[in-house]
Amino acid sequence: MFHLTLHLADDALIIGHRNSEWTGHGPNLEQDIAISNIALDQIGQARNFYQYAAELCNNNREAYTKFISSPAFHQVSGPIDEDDLAYLRDAMEFRNHLLAELKKGDWAVTITRQFFISLYQQLLYTDLQYSADKRLAAIAEKSLKEVNYHVRWSGEWVIRLGDGTEESHRRMETAIDQLWPYVGELFVPADFQLEAAASGLLKNPEYYRQPWLEKTGAAFEQAGLMLPAPNWYQKGGKQGIHTEHLGHLLAEMQYLQRSHPGAQW
Amino acid sequence: MSTESTIWKVLEEVKDPEVPVLSVVDLGIIRDVKQTENGAEITITPTYSGCPAMDVIAMQIRMVLAGHGYAPVTIRTVLSPAWTTEWMTETGKEKLLAYGIAPPNPKQQVCTPDFFQQEEAVQCPHCRSFHTRRISEFGSTACKALYQCEDCKEPFDYFKCH
Ligand SMILES: [Zn+2]
Repeated sequence: MFHLTLHLADDALIIGHRNSEWTGHGPNLEQDIAISNIALDQIGQARNFYQYAAELCNNNREAYTKFISSPAFHQVSGPIDEDDLAYLRDAMEFRNHLLAELKKGDWAVTITRQFFISLYQQLLYTDLQYSADKRLAAIAEKSLKEVNYHVRWSGEWVIRLGDGTEESHRRMETAIDQLWPYVGELFVPADFQLEAAASGLLKNPEYYRQPWLEKTGAAFEQAGLMLPAPNWYQKGGKQGIHTEHLGHLLAEMQYLQRSHPGAQW
Repeated sequence: MSTESTIWKVLEEVKDPEVPVLSVVDLGIIRDVKQTENGAEITITPTYSGCPAMDVIAMQIRMVLAGHGYAPVTIRTVLSPAWTTEWMTETGKEKLLAYGIAPPNPKQQVCTPDFFQQEEAVQCPHCRSFHTRRISEFGSTACKALYQCEDCKEPFDYFKCH
């Protein structure tokens, strides 16, 4: 359960951080505010998951934190908190999907990635609301309302860009080609997801592949875009094998906490 | 004499930092109030997961209750059931209207994931006309959208459904 919660937290934090990179650089003021608010939602969701992960961790700290090599983490005196989990782990100790950590790219890449992840989260959180674990269920219920909005916002953009100018259509095709190899990982269970499924906490993510493809296909049809054929995929994020992009993101995100431990914002 | 209804009254002094006419009670984020021996235990729920006002609100609840002699003050945060604009009190909605902000519509249209929905029909808080249009999905804060009235031409914020 700790690893599952950490994975949910990492996904939300990393995608939220990527989106926050648009603040002040959006295509226009309104969309700048929209993507910044989405980032705020995601970081808020991450905090809820991290707070729970920290409580679980403190119940069995030795066993749960063995996989963490960062000395800064083990030097924490007193109970672990959400900031320790977010700021004091190294890249290989993060359990987010690779899709979340890829560079923000152009607006088409950001939109397409957001749509892919939000659709997945929508399917997942809808079920997680009824999980046997009441804390995870409550976080999912809270997050789902926000994710529903993220799906609508990014889906409308997918259609607008796909069905827009020749240039926007071409950029969407490039974005889809670039991101597609990272989609497969969403639906291939990691060990902690298999364990969670076995103990009745949530479904094996395999179950979401078909509905996800159907929903994506429906939006792509409206957008005049082609759904690529299923192909080989990149994996490893949930096992801690990340792209170089996560290392760079963490270096920037963790800089303050690492150089001034316990700094307050 | 100090009872739970006294605490509710005190909490009305705590305002939403983003919409200062609304108290936290009007906003519907106070989920439970308990009187302990000399202190109070307050249960709150966030509006949005990442709402930046929540920390400020929690701090102000502490300060206001401490100012009325409650110690210790414990604040618990719960996420379920998730906050909805339906929990805003009728008084709260009237205060918003008087302040020039259109209160949330009772129907939760914008919370469904359908693409390209018809814009919500929002009543102008100034002249009460329904001939209004959305100028921007975001107003002065994330939880509001910016509208303009086609009849009296006044722009106004609409407190979005959630
Ligand atoms: Zn008017």
